[in-house]
Amino acid sequence: MMRTPIVEAARLVFRRDLTLAWRRWDEVAQPLIFYVVVTTMFPLATTPDLTQLRVISGGVVWVAALLASLLALEALFRADVEDGTTEQWVLSGQPLGWLLLAKVAAHWVLTGLPLVIMSPIVGTALGLPYGAWGTLMLSLLLGTATLSVLGGIGAALTVGVRRGSVLLSLLVLPLAMPLLIFGARAVGMAMDGESPAGPLQLLAAIFFLALSLGPLAMSAAIRISVEN
Amino acid sequence: MWTWFHKLASPPHAYRMLGKMAPWFGWTALAFILVAAWWGLVKAPPDYQQGDAFRILYVHAPSAWMSMFAYVAMAAAAAIGVVWRIKIAHAAAAAGAPIGASFTFLALATGSIWGKPMWGTWWVWDARLTSELLLLFLYLGYMALRSSFDDPQRADRASAVLAIVGVINVPIIHYSVKWWTTLHQAASVTKLDKPSIALPMLIPLFLMIIGFQLYYGWALCRRLRGEILRRERNAAWLKEAS
Amino acid sequence: MDLQKFLTMGGYAGFVWSAYGLTTVVLLWNWWAARRSEAEAQASARRRITLSQESRS
Repeated sequence: MMRTPIVEAARLVFRRDLTLAWRRWDEVAQPLIFYVVVTTMFPLATTPDLTQLRVISGGVVWVAALLASLLALEALFRADVEDGTTEQWVLSGQPLGWLLLAKVAAHWVLTGLPLVIMSPIVGTALGLPYGAWGTLMLSLLLGTATLSVLGGIGAALTVGVRRGSVLLSLLVLPLAMPLLIFGARAVGMAMDGESPAGPLQLLAAIFFLALSLGPLAMSAAIRISVEN
Repeated sequence: MWTWFHKLASPPHAYRMLGKMAPWFGWTALAFILVAAWWGLVKAPPDYQQGDAFRILYVHAPSAWMSMFAYVAMAAAAAIGVVWRIKIAHAAAAAGAPIGASFTFLALATGSIWGKPMWGTWWVWDARLTSELLLLFLYLGYMALRSSFDDPQRADRASAVLAIVGVINVPIIHYSVKWWTTLHQAASVTKLDKPSIALPMLIPLFLMIIGFQLYYGWALCRRLRGEILRRERNAAWLKEAS
Repeated sequence: MDLQKFLTMGGYAGFVWSAYGLTTVVLLWNWWAARRSEAEAQASARRRITLSQESRS
């Protein structure tokens, strides 16, 4: 029996998810709207003064991005587990980790990437200076990508659980704290004129760690959720 | 040697052994804890800088140590359960979690109490306390995930994945939090770090750590017996046991 | 060390004693909870045995 090469299979999964999302793109827009809403809460809760907001702008943008990403993660595997697609993947004999990674990648393109692109706008609304835009976007690029992998593991573990979204956040957020520390700090350093290379490199290192070990954990978790 | 190991993994055998071991752990733990408490409260002299408040170290540091130890033990047991498919290893992970979580809570509470006389606030975002707080979140998440499954086998395997992912994260969390606290001018010198103290003043600390470890052993024995029973479907040996 | 110093802990009595008190509470909780967890499992196992015996007879 001819078997599809894994790269081709992964690409098919990736395209399929993007196509499906294209048809329901209001779901894609929701995390973005949440992002803006949450960011708006901070000036309302503290002060309209941009010079004061500037101090916390990097952190607030980061926290809002993490929360918005988490919102979208709960449903990552649900549809495919419910209709049996995931079971087919497990049975297919293809390396499961790659297929799941393709799904996570598609998810990131649909949620994480838009957050990254919107971040300068949201940051500027909080007084973030133009000079920090690059660091903000690069740190969020790495951070949201890592969070997608971590969230993928959490989503795979909680896929059958009732009201799994709260549990998912509870599981993933503590693991994501280092991302927040390094990412927000990188933005802070860029705002102060220092080189943010250190924390950015650490973010990159964590991302590659997640990329290499994440699929393993995800496939183990999915197998548990799918097997009866 | 492998026969011993395999025997240990057999539920009826383990159940009996744990029942026999528990009193040994329990009584020696009590002895060590009482001696350590007396030594720490009475015999040890007050600290040069912190006075008698320093004695809180003798309960805070061992709690913090146990919180870390219990988490690593839990993750190791979970990993063994996943790799070698040994049910009793999963049971050990489940049994250890609430014990570890309680020590984490204690470390946080005693650390907070110690902070008040030292720098005037009930809470401070220093590296040690913040790491302990995140560790508590990891424990709570683990226990929450476990309780969300009805099927104990699924609960075992899912929480094992979480524990292993968590334990890999623990050094990352520690390093990042430590790095984070060094960044800001206002960071208080963390007096929760053991100051350079003379060896005689460390004795109650070591005694308490040993006491807590033994107590953990006792609690683990008792809880593990319960977890073994919960996972056993074959009634035959259960009849003899009860 | 005399009783006076023991009780007042050099002015830090509230802190030292609440810390040690909390420690006692947590240790006692562990004692109670571990025994209860084991007892519940034993009771549940006994119920399972009785049920399976009844269903067999």
